[in-house]
Amino acid sequence: MKKINLILNGESRTAAVAPHEVLLDVLREKLGVKSPKVGCERGDCGACTILLDGKPVCSCLILAVEVDGQEITTLEGVGRNGPTPLQQSFIRHNAFQCGFCAPGIVLAATALLEKNPQPSAHEAQEALSGNLCRCTGYEAIIESVVEAGREGGGKKKSRKGQ
Amino acid sequence: MTAMKFVGQSATRIDELAKVTGAAQFVDDLDFGPNLLYAEVVESPHAHALIKRIDASRAKKVPGVVRVVTGKDFPYTFGLYMQDRFIFARDRVRFVGEQVAAVVARDPVTARRAARLVKVTYEPLPHVLDLKEALGEDALLVHPDLKNYSHCPWFFPVADTNIAHWRKTRKGDVEQGFREADMVFEDTYTVPRYAHCAIEPHVIVGQYDLAGRLTLWSSSQSPYTQRHVFAEALAPLGLKHQDIRVITPFVGGGFGGKAGVSMEIIAAALALAVKGSPVKVRWTREQEFYNTYQRQGVIARIKMGVKKDGAITAIEHTLHWDAGAYVEYGANVVNAVGLSATGPYRVPNVKIDSVCVYTNLPPGGPYRGFGYSEFHFGLESHMNRVAKMIEMDPVEFRRRNAIREGDTLPYGAHMNPCGLVEAIDKAAAEIAWGKKEESTSPHKAIGKGFACFWKAPAMPPNAASAAFLKFNEDGSLNISVSGMEIGQGFLTVMAQIAAEVLTVPPGRIRVETPDTDRNAYEWQTVGSHVTWGCGNAVKAAAEEVRDKMLQVVHRVHGFAKEDLYFEDEHVKCRSKPDFALPFKDFVISGIQTPHGNFLGGPILGSGMFMPEFTSATGDPETSQGGHPNVHYTVGAAGIVLEVDRETGKMRVLKAVLAVDVGQAINPDLVRSQIVGGLVQGLATALYEDIRYSLEGKLLNPNFTDYKIPTALDIPDKIVPIIIEVAQPDGPFGARGVGEHTMIAAAALVANALEDAVGLRIKSLPLTAEKVALELRGIRYDDVKGSTMGLCFMGDPQQYAFFTKNSK
Repeated sequence: MKKINLILNGESRTAAVAPHEVLLDVLREKLGVKSPKVGCERGDCGACTILLDGKPVCSCLILAVEVDGQEITTLEGVGRNGPTPLQQSFIRHNAFQCGFCAPGIVLAATALLEKNPQPSAHEAQEALSGNLCRCTGYEAIIESVVEAGREGGGKKKSRKGQ
Repeated sequence: MTAMKFVGQSATRIDELAKVTGAAQFVDDLDFGPNLLYAEVVESPHAHALIKRIDASRAKKVPGVVRVVTGKDFPYTFGLYMQDRFIFARDRVRFVGEQVAAVVARDPVTARRAARLVKVTYEPLPHVLDLKEALGEDALLVHPDLKNYSHCPWFFPVADTNIAHWRKTRKGDVEQGFREADMVFEDTYTVPRYAHCAIEPHVIVGQYDLAGRLTLWSSSQSPYTQRHVFAEALAPLGLKHQDIRVITPFVGGGFGGKAGVSMEIIAAALALAVKGSPVKVRWTREQEFYNTYQRQGVIARIKMGVKKDGAITAIEHTLHWDAGAYVEYGANVVNAVGLSATGPYRVPNVKIDSVCVYTNLPPGGPYRGFGYSEFHFGLESHMNRVAKMIEMDPVEFRRRNAIREGDTLPYGAHMNPCGLVEAIDKAAAEIAWGKKEESTSPHKAIGKGFACFWKAPAMPPNAASAAFLKFNEDGSLNISVSGMEIGQGFLTVMAQIAAEVLTVPPGRIRVETPDTDRNAYEWQTVGSHVTWGCGNAVKAAAEEVRDKMLQVVHRVHGFAKEDLYFEDEHVKCRSKPDFALPFKDFVISGIQTPHGNFLGGPILGSGMFMPEFTSATGDPETSQGGHPNVHYTVGAAGIVLEVDRETGKMRVLKAVLAVDVGQAINPDLVRSQIVGGLVQGLATALYEDIRYSLEGKLLNPNFTDYKIPTALDIPDKIVPIIIEVAQPDGPFGARGVGEHTMIAAAALVANALEDAVGLRIKSLPLTAEKVALELRGIRYDDVKGSTMGLCFMGDPQQYAFFTKNSK
C-alpha cells in the first residue's frame, strides 16, 4: 500500500492504495466520490471522466498511484454554489435523459469552455466525442454547450457556479 | 376544452438538476458498508455442453472467499413468459458466457481470481447456431424438455422441435389476394442481432437479512415484475411477495435490456446463500453484451400482392427469429410481430407466421422497438421495391395504403384514431420529397429515403398501473408510482399530468423512483406504455385528490361543489369571486370552522388503470377473436443521405420523423425521444455490426469493436414533427412514443442508399465497408470471412423454409 496525497475538488485528501488500483475505483470506493461512473473500464465510454490538473481524462485508465500530488476535479467539485452557467444551459435544454453519462460530459464540456470559451458546434462535438451517450443523440447536449459559450459561460471560474 | 397550462408545455425535467450535478444516484453509487460482498460468475466457454463436474475446492481455499454457489444449490427455473431458464446452468450450458457458478468474496479482485479456480468439466455437444439447421429434420434440440415448460397461455411451442413459439395470424384469404393482384413480389430480408448498450451496465445488490427479508437494489425497468419473478422462482424456499422488496433508484439507460429479469436472478439467489450480508453483482461491459438480452436476429420472407392502382391485396410475411438459448422474454417479441407484421397499412388478406427458434447463442429479448424495428427493415424496403415495380411514387404508394381509424387490424380488432396520412405528408414535405439533390463532390451522391412505422405495446391483457398522491404542508405534492425513469422523462410527464388537474406546477411536485414496499404498482416500464397507462393512473389519483379537496371546502364553506375550481394552487368559487383558499392552508391541517374545530386532514389520493378491453384469447391458428393490443402509434420518416461512392461512407444530411403521439404532454421531451431514437436506429444501419465466431462466441463485446454513435456521428440536422390525433383513452389524449422513434431508421437508410447509388441491400447492417464492397460488385457475404453476425451462413434465399408447411 502506498499513501497518495491529492487535491480532490479543492480539498486535500489522502488514500492508501495498492499499486494495481485504478483511480476510478479509488475515487468511488475509498474517497466516496461517486459521480465518475463505471461504464466500460477500458476508456471507450467516458463515463468515468474526471479533470486531472484541468484536463479531461478517463479515470478507469489511470492507476491511483500515478496521481499522487495532483489535482482532481469530479462533478462533485463543480457548481458547489449552485449550477454553473453550463449546467444551467444543460437544464434549460433538457439535455440529458438517463443522466449516467452526464458527469463525464459536464466535465468534458467544462474543460472545453475553459480552453475555448466560445466553441462552435463542431468543436463541441469533437471535444465530447470520447463521451458516449446512448439516449439523447447528442443534439441537445451540443446545443447546450454552444449556447453556454455564447452567453459567456466559458469565462474563468466556470466551475464555481453561482 | 379550456386551454391547458401544464400539459402540452415543454416543462424543464424535474430530474435534470440532479443529473447535471451528479446528485442522481444509480445502484452502483449506493453505499452498503464494509460488509458488502462481491460476486464473480463462472461462465461457460462452450455454446453447448454437458456439465459433468464442478470442483470448487481450490476456489474455496482462497482467503476472502465466502461462498461458491452452483446450480445444485438453486435448482429452480424462472422466466417472465416461459420458464425455460435455471438460475445457474444445471446439467447443460446453452450459450458461451452462461452462468455456471458464482464466487462470493470480500472484494471484487478476490472474487475474480477465485472464479478462475473453479474447475468445471464439460462434455462439449454439437451446437446449433444456424436457423435452418435448428429447424431441420433431426435437428439438435436446445431444449429437449420444451414440452414440459410452463408458459403464458398465448404461446404455442412445438414439442420436440426448437420452436419455442409460433404466432400465426390469418385474415381473409392470401391466395385469393395474390390472384387478384396485378403483380406479386417476394423476397427475403435479414436483420442480425444488436446490443442495447445502455452506458450503465446491469448492477444489483441483494441482501437477505436475518429476519428473512430479501431486499434488492436493482438497475431495472421492472421493479414489480422482478419481485414477482423472484417470488415465483424462489417459492420452493418459502419466499413470498411480502418477503421481497425491490428498490430501483435512477437507471442509466434501459432500452428494453433492463426489462424483466436477466442477470438479476443471480443476486437474489446469492443473497440467500450469504444470509445477512449484502452482495453485489455488477456486469462488466463484456457481460452486458452477452449475458443480458440481445435484440434477436430475424430472416423475413415477404410476399406482397398489389394492384396497378397501388392497392395492396395481400401480404404473406414469414419471420424466423434467432431467439437464442432462452426465450422467456424474447418469445413475446416474436408474438408481437406475429400480430402486426403488415405494418401500418390496410391489407385485406394477411398471413403472418412469426416463429421463435432456439439456438445456442445468447438469449434474445426485448429491445426498444420490440421486433418492429426488425420487421420494418424488410417491409419498408419491400414497399419501395414494389412501388418501383408498379411505377408508383413510394410515398404515394404508402399514402394510398395507409391505415386509418376503424380499419380492421390483422387480428380482427379495429384501428384506433391515427394521423398516419398527416405524418406522411408532413415528413415528405420536410425532406422535399421528389426533388433530386446533387452533391457538390463528384464522387458522392445524394439520395432520399422514406419509411412509415407503427407499433403497439405488447402487454399481458391485465398489465396495470397505479399511483398514490399526497400533499405536503407547503402545498407541494409527492407522486408515488413504479414506472421507471429510464431517461425518457417519465417523472416529469407524471408531474405535468398531476399539475394539469391540480394546478400545482411540476417544479413543486416530486415523483420518486420505485420501492415495491412503498410505491404503487406498475407492471413494467416497457412498450412505450407508461405515459399512457401510468399517466391514466396519476390522472385518476389527481382527480380523487381534487374531489376530496372540494369536499372539504364544501363542508366548511357550504359552496356548491360545481361552483368550485382550482387556479394557481388556490380553491376558488364562481359564486363568490373574492374566495381564494391557498392549498397549503388546508391540505394537511384542514379548515377551521367558526366553532374553532377543524374539518378535513391530510389529503391523499390513489388511482389505477388497467386496459380492461384487451384479451389474449385469439384463436391459435388465426389470432382472430382476441384484442391483444391496446393501440398503435404510427408515423412516417424521411432522410436525405449522402453516399461516398469510393469509401461507402454515408452522411445523413437531414432526418425527419413525424409521429402521432395523440397529445404531447411535454413536446420537448417528445422531440428528445425522436432525436435519440432516430440516432439509435440509424446506428443499427450505419455502425453496429455484431460478430460471432463459428463456435458461438461473441467477438466484439466492447465499444472499441462494436461501434455506437459518438457526438460526431449524428445527422447534420434532425427535424422532429409532432402529430396529435388524440387517443380517446389516453391521459389528455396521449399515447406512447419512446420506442417508435427508432423503428423506421434502418429502412430509411436502405431506401435512400438505393435512391442515391442504385444499390439495394437486403441485409443489415449497411456499414460503409459493406456499401463500398457492394458498389464494386463484390458480394459482402462472400468476403466477410468466418465471423458471422447473422443466424445463418448460407444464401438467405434458401431460408424460405416453413412457408410451405404452415397452414
